[in-house]
Amino acid sequence: MTVFVLVVLVWVVTSSAGWPRFHETFLSWPDAKKAFPDIARGFWTNVKMFLIAEPIILVIGILVAITRSTVSPWLTPLRGAAVLYTDLLRGVPTLLVVVLLALGVPALRLTGLTTSLFWLTLVALVLSYGAYVAEVVRSGIESIHPSQIASAQALALSRPQTMRHVVLPQALRRVAPPLLNDFVSLQKDTALVSAVGVSEALFAAQDYGNFNFNYTPLLVAGAFFVAITIPLARFTDWLGRRALRRQRG
Amino acid sequence: MSGPVLSARGLRKSYGDRVVLDGIDLDIHQHDVVCLIGSSGSGKSTLLRCLDLLEQIDDGVIELDGREVSDPHVDPRAVRREIGMVFQAYNLFPHLSVLDNCTLAPVRVHGTDRDEAESRSRELLTRFGLGDKASAHPDQLSGGQQQRAALVRALCTGPRVLLLDEITAALDPELVGEVLEMVRAEARAGMTMVLATHEMAFAREVATRVCFLDRGRILEQGPPEQLLTNPGEERTRQFLRRVLPS
Repeated sequence: MTVFVLVVLVWVVTSSAGWPRFHETFLSWPDAKKAFPDIARGFWTNVKMFLIAEPIILVIGILVAITRSTVSPWLTPLRGAAVLYTDLLRGVPTLLVVVLLALGVPALRLTGLTTSLFWLTLVALVLSYGAYVAEVVRSGIESIHPSQIASAQALALSRPQTMRHVVLPQALRRVAPPLLNDFVSLQKDTALVSAVGVSEALFAAQDYGNFNFNYTPLLVAGAFFVAITIPLARFTDWLGRRALRRQRG
Repeated sequence: MSGPVLSARGLRKSYGDRVVLDGIDLDIHQHDVVCLIGSSGSGKSTLLRCLDLLEQIDDGVIELDGREVSDPHVDPRAVRREIGMVFQAYNLFPHLSVLDNCTLAPVRVHGTDRDEAESRSRELLTRFGLGDKASAHPDQLSGGQQQRAALVRALCTGPRVLLLDEITAALDPELVGEVLEMVRAEARAGMTMVLATHEMAFAREVATRVCFLDRGRILEQGPPEQLLTNPGEERTRQFLRRVLPS
């Protein structure tokens, strides 16, 4: 059945009126080969951004989530700031944050602040994803049953110790799948920085396309992303299964 | 004879309009084994949680060694370091091995050296038949084993008083015995304990004193042979008729 549907689909597409033209502009092997080195170099920028941003996002997400789950009246201003941050950054399109930081910060002409588009857009991604990750972590923290906290308190653990040794380890294990889902999504969204001209894979592909009137490189760039995100997804599945096996035995 | 280790005076606690504890007076002396009996909702669990400062009380005083600890200025952790508590639902930490469950508080709270904490935990685990389960995770154990591990965890910090909140209530009947055996051993060793329980036969066997709780009050208390066979109050007699089949 699947095969049949695929065959029909392929037939419909390849017999369409525009197919010869499409084949020429999007599936040109020589163009794919010619654009490959530039895209590969660009993609290395995506990978670098992802690798640098991910640990920072995780730290920010955890810190913001912990801040939001504190109860001390002393920390009320900090909690307010955390709520404002997550609400704002989740509400604004990531692309907008990228453009704002890339154009806005250099316009301020502040001395000592970087004007490197790579770093500015990286900060934008970190800010945007930090808010998402914070909410995921917070949902994990809130999912831990109060009896766990009661029994940590009964052992005379302090609130920070309870968070560090009892709540957070369980919360992070529980939200690992949605968390890793966010990271797969981040890997894709590094392409958003092409909008302000950071020469990553998508930018390189568009650049080639605009110059040579051939868009095959877009598919090449797509293949690069898929080549990373699919193994990443399988890896996260495997991690999740392994953690379950360890705990259930 | 020195004063009580733990005592409550005029303890009051309510959740909204519902009064849960309505003026509790209770003295627990060293080596006492006090059993709290009474129907569900009579306030047994709440009383234990209040004694461990896990619940805020509305009125009254709790004293540990004659020092008022229900004062909001007292750090509850200093009190909980001296008291061990075990819950009905075990509440072991599922992400930690049995051994790590046992060493967490000694290492993090009491500043015990890790090696020392581990050897003491292993010793206790072995004494209570869990020596081969030290590296297992809680989910790999039976209910009875989990509850015994939870008891060992509470004992690892060397508490002066042990509070046990219906610790056999969630267990299959055939697993109750192994847990009670452990409590019996502790009672024999002179551990001071307060336990909320539905096991009347066990209460009669280990208790030095039985308290019957009814609607947030200690309606009656006394030695088990007297209170369980010849109670003074009609409510106690009604309750015992319901829980004792004979």
